[in-house]
Amino acid sequence: MTPPKDYSAEVNSNMRVSQRRVLFVTRRTSPQVKVYDEEKVQTSPEVLIRALLAVECLIIALVLMSLFFNAPLEGVANPTNTPNPAKAPWYFLGLQEILHYFPPVVAGVLIPGLLVTALIIIPYFDINIEADGLFLKNRKRRMMLSMIVAGSFSLFFLFFKVYVALVPTVIMTALVLLAAFSSPLSSSRFRRYLALRPIFWWIMTWFLFELIVLTAVGTFFRGPGWSWVWPWRS
Amino acid sequence: MPGTIETYFDKLERTRVWRSIFRSGRGTSKLHNALAIQQNVFLHLFPTKVRKRMLGLEATWYLGTLTLGTFIVLVVTGILLMLYYHPSVPRAYSDVKDLQFVVSSGLFLRNLHRWSAHAMVFLAFAHMFRVFYRGAYRTPREFNWVVGVVLLLVTLLLSYTGYLLPWDQLAFWAITVGTNISSAVPLIGDKIRFLLLGGHLVNANALLRFYVLHCVILPLTAVLFLAVHFWRIRKDGGLYVRETEPGVTGADKQLSNQEQGSR
Repeated sequence: MTPPKDYSAEVNSNMRVSQRRVLFVTRRTSPQVKVYDEEKVQTSPEVLIRALLAVECLIIALVLMSLFFNAPLEGVANPTNTPNPAKAPWYFLGLQEILHYFPPVVAGVLIPGLLVTALIIIPYFDINIEADGLFLKNRKRRMMLSMIVAGSFSLFFLFFKVYVALVPTVIMTALVLLAAFSSPLSSSRFRRYLALRPIFWWIMTWFLFELIVLTAVGTFFRGPGWSWVWPWRS
Repeated sequence: MPGTIETYFDKLERTRVWRSIFRSGRGTSKLHNALAIQQNVFLHLFPTKVRKRMLGLEATWYLGTLTLGTFIVLVVTGILLMLYYHPSVPRAYSDVKDLQFVVSSGLFLRNLHRWSAHAMVFLAFAHMFRVFYRGAYRTPREFNWVVGVVLLLVTLLLSYTGYLLPWDQLAFWAITVGTNISSAVPLIGDKIRFLLLGGHLVNANALLRFYVLHCVILPLTAVLFLAVHFWRIRKDGGLYVRETEPGVTGADKQLSNQEQGSR
């Protein structure tokens, strides 16, 4: 495809002597570059109609839910009668679960603060912007590092007896190991998929996994005195 | 008579009053469609054209749109609920009881508000993870991601402040648990808690403060950041597309045809 070269690069900063300039396109991603003409549609009416339809479906679902399920309402607030357990709304139950293991300054302030900070600075990290699989380069070194990180988190959870957070960590560690011993040419589709996952995918997925498990445990598996209960045996 | 309604709208759109409100003019040409977006104070936040492949479900799952949908439902039902509610102790609880048993469709109204609130929190989280896994937060969209994180926090606070308003046991103790955590902040923890509750305990002052936060301050903050959030989509070059994704048309298609032809 490429035409034969009939030019050669030269280094000269004198405009008068050499008027040719070479533009170097560096390997930096920028979505603003227009590489091709793309088929577009008018926002009005095509996108608006679709958005309206999506919202309409949502409203139908919410209305149906509201017709069949009533919002909870308990007795009037009574400061002298503490329910056991006293639970926060479901989206905070992951935090309340951590609060069970660590002092409030860690579980209630430090961890949420770090999480919000981490979420905010995510896009300002330029690590591995091309999203290569974690173990496609420097496999041994990266495997050692990831095992050290996973191991220290596991030991930390083990030491504080946070088995609820330990289980997702161990499962993720196993998946990381599987990814390290897989390649994009593996016969299994799942292993090909894992082999191509970049580092930030692993971190975020681990976080999402922990979030779901902790929230589910806090919501369904905690009873009086924050003791473990089986939801189907109540 | 066929076409009567159409002729009626036709006449209406020609009237001077209509033309003074909607300046984009009549017609279905590309220009008119573009003007309909561009000349509307709310819609001009959005781009006039969108990449065709972004219309499908697979890219965005419409999660952002749906989150906005829940927010609109919550504003409408919230305003209606405000008509039947006094933020005082113990009136608040009996008002909610009245909504359950006395007000026409009051139970439905409260259900819709409650379930939509849960849906909004869930959808905001889902939207965030979807954006992350698509890599749509990268340059030049970093700041819009940060605005999104702020909106997530506002959503959580909106839901949390609303949690206290029914003034039942569930509300009271959930807020007690939550605000106790804030007193764990080093040095200023107790001050933050006092500021939030207007006292040392969850009482009538706290209810009033949460009511004002829930009905005025936080919704206004949300609307403000939502406007920035939508406007930034346009300013950052529209919804994020991966170059590797299928559906590329136009010049690229021609290019690949040429490549195949030359082989």
